[in-house]
Amino acid sequence: MSDATLLGQVKDFANRANPYPVYARLRQNPVSCQDDGTPEGTWVAATHGTIASLLQDPRVSSETLPPADRPRTGNPLTDLIVKPLKDWMMDRHRVFIFRDPPDHDALRSAVMHQFSRERVQAMRARSDRLVADLLDEKCGAREIDAVDDLAYPLPVTVICELFGVPREDEPKFHGWATQLATALEPDSLSDPEIRAANSRTFDAIGGYMADLIKDKRRHPQDDMLSGLANHATPAGVKMGDYDLIATAILMLVAGHETTVNLITNGLLTLLRHPAELERLRRDPLRAPRLIEELLRYEPPVQFRTRRTLSAIDIAGVTIPEGADLVLLLASGNRDETVFPDPDRFDPDRSGIRHLGFGGGLHYCVGAPLARFEAEAALTALAARLKAPRLIEDPPPYRSGAALRGPKHLRIAIDGIA
Amino acid sequence: MSTPADASSGSRPGLRVSVDLNLCQAYAQCCYAAPRHFRIEGHEALFYDPAPAAEHRADIERARVACPVQAIRVEDPGQDA
Amino acid sequence: MAPVFERAVVVGAGLAALRGAEAMREAGFAGPLTIVGAEPCRPYDRPPLSKHVLAGTVPAEATTLPSALGPDVDWRLGSPAVSLDRVGRTVRLADGRTLPYDRLLIATGTRARPWPNPHEGRLAGVFTLRGRDDAAALRRALAARPKRVLVIGGGFIGCEVASLCRQLGLPVTLVEPGPTPLARVLGRTVGAFIGAIHAGHGVEMRCGAEVEWLEDADGRLVRAHLVDGTRIDADVAVVALGAVRNTEWLDGSGLSSDPGGIDCDGAGYVLDADGRPDRHIAAAGDVARFPHPLYDDRRVVLEHWSQAVAQGIHAGRLLVGATPERPYGELPTFWSTQGKLVVKSAGLTEGADAVAITQGDPAAGRFVALYGREGRCIAAVAVDSARWLPAHADLVAARAPFPPGGTATDRPKGVAVFEPGFA
Repeated sequence: MSDATLLGQVKDFANRANPYPVYARLRQNPVSCQDDGTPEGTWVAATHGTIASLLQDPRVSSETLPPADRPRTGNPLTDLIVKPLKDWMMDRHRVFIFRDPPDHDALRSAVMHQFSRERVQAMRARSDRLVADLLDEKCGAREIDAVDDLAYPLPVTVICELFGVPREDEPKFHGWATQLATALEPDSLSDPEIRAANSRTFDAIGGYMADLIKDKRRHPQDDMLSGLANHATPAGVKMGDYDLIATAILMLVAGHETTVNLITNGLLTLLRHPAELERLRRDPLRAPRLIEELLRYEPPVQFRTRRTLSAIDIAGVTIPEGADLVLLLASGNRDETVFPDPDRFDPDRSGIRHLGFGGGLHYCVGAPLARFEAEAALTALAARLKAPRLIEDPPPYRSGAALRGPKHLRIAIDGIA
Repeated sequence: MSTPADASSGSRPGLRVSVDLNLCQAYAQCCYAAPRHFRIEGHEALFYDPAPAAEHRADIERARVACPVQAIRVEDPGQDA
Repeated sequence: MAPVFERAVVVGAGLAALRGAEAMREAGFAGPLTIVGAEPCRPYDRPPLSKHVLAGTVPAEATTLPSALGPDVDWRLGSPAVSLDRVGRTVRLADGRTLPYDRLLIATGTRARPWPNPHEGRLAGVFTLRGRDDAAALRRALAARPKRVLVIGGGFIGCEVASLCRQLGLPVTLVEPGPTPLARVLGRTVGAFIGAIHAGHGVEMRCGAEVEWLEDADGRLVRAHLVDGTRIDADVAVVALGAVRNTEWLDGSGLSSDPGGIDCDGAGYVLDADGRPDRHIAAAGDVARFPHPLYDDRRVVLEHWSQAVAQGIHAGRLLVGATPERPYGELPTFWSTQGKLVVKSAGLTEGADAVAITQGDPAAGRFVALYGREGRCIAAVAVDSARWLPAHADLVAARAPFPPGGTATDRPKGVAVFEPGFA
């Protein structure tokens, strides 16, 4: 029965360009147990209501790392890349995305305290400038790659400036971000050299961050890393060095790839809906609602994983204690009982309660930054690209099923205004 | 039909904002979108400006649409008239 | 539903009235619509009064509510309704005018319960807090930096005012006859946790104490005398003794109403003295007493913001022809911003026989308390823990077994069950 393989189809690269029909089939059962090669299977929540409920259920844990003695999953992506990455973040350092309260709350509060409204506002203005500069560089071009030319460089620079990475070191971060992305390509999984390079990347960022933190202690400046390294929150929370290193890397990984995808998915969607592109060009103030609809329609994070601490009765089934959970955010966003005509891109929908940034305690920290960067990029692209046309539709995708987005987005243009 | 607050904000009618604080879970997205009009005190006490001037329309709209629980209601006489 | 071209009158001009009127229009009602308000202003939002307005960050007149109503509404503001003639289907206003109606929404709300001694209640420096003018006057008094503020009554408004005074750096004493603040609504156990947080911020708590009389000098409040003989010097007193429902104008109408509210049936129509519904009239908000299906149809009156919204919308639709699928029975919810502390609740605590801390730690100032009755969850209170409330509200709505079993994040090992401590 095909039901047993629906989760497999979600992860199948063949469905990357359009996973939504698979999600629609998963939604026929709001919560279902899917065969993933393990004896227990993986429980998948696919409807808006069940996902929203589980995101805020105290019996659902984010400490999803399987115990060390747990059998390997048989999925090379999980075994070779995701698990070591989580091991590194969970065992050696504490990262709040994989933590439950009260630890989570303390670590996150330290970040939020430094992720101030003033800093984010400053990066909002900065994003407009950075986008303008990146487009200026391509000014005579007849073709651009929206990924390489804009969506990729923008978030790295924003994160570097926010954290206070010296300008001359920014290219290193561009390299590291690229390395972390290529490490998740399927053809590199079996390549020991790339795996070794991936491991070296972690060590390199970790070493760099350790030095940078020392420097921020000696010479504090007005940036997030200086703030985190030198100041406690009003409640007295201050991160240790290892927490700080791991958190900084988390911000780079989590805040980079996702923002690239938001911008790229955004431009792709607009090019597929030329009337919306034109409306945005005429009225840039449509951007905020357009971006919310985008976060519903093509969310950069398609699903998140969790574990149950107790059995949970939901939607007529019982998820057992200790179960692996997949919360299929992108499917919940297409739930026809919540969003009429869900496969239609319509920024004028009212009250879009999308799951694009998750929900509950782990709601995306970088959401405001992502919104501003996407607004800067999409309004500038709408305003300045002359007669943009997709060269390939669908474009080539990166391998990731959870962090999903085009690898390249080639666009023919008559010039840049 | 102008109220005292309308009259005081000059020729262009101001905006009206109310937040359903039952729904609010202090995600603070409004505070980033419109920092002059929304702020969180303590862990989750939201304070907001119920009568922003019309020129802040764009930020208020950013705040309204960004709210994860859609708790913000805005009346914009200048826009809807 | 088909549009009904009849005359609709809404008596009351607060949140429930506004949302009710909007719901009528949204449901397609295009006939004449009149809204009657005692105060001379458009509907305004009350919650900011005891917070933003008292803090001085927002002027009282800026609290006017957003509205979806167009210009096709006849506002009769500044003259309250004084009587109802159900046979002639008219409402009489204080200014002598008479309004005919075919559909009537009663949303007259409440007013602050005054200090029992009228002379003392009128002293300069003695305030109640209900309307926008009350808030503006109290704000002026607080801005003048009084030497001490006395808050009489430890309910939600009392706690909000007291904690706000601390935020303004003003010395404040809260006098509450019960054993802890909020004891009537939340019980002693949870009331004590919250009281301790406020005491930690410098609110001087005088629980189990009662003000006997207020002393003045030349018409200005100077001190309060407590029943136990102690005295509190204070130049501002806020009387926060709860609310009185505005139902007097219905005397003689033949409806079943008293100072405790106006009775409604499950659908939302008001009942006459014989218990028969009058299908031309519905009530909503703070005045409506209705059987709550989630609590075995116990008749309740809920002075909650969310209730005003949900019941206002329900009653508005009902009056213009909607057929409710089921009796009105929204899960009651409220919030209270007390200084920087947020107390939120789902369900009704009345009748609880047990309470358990299911998330967080009262000593850390952030926790969820779940209330049980006869082995079922009936209410949850979240203190600075808003994101845990929805899961607990689900337990209440489902009348899930109490106490909840199993492991959960940030849940104490082995959930301890306490006496809730209702008097």
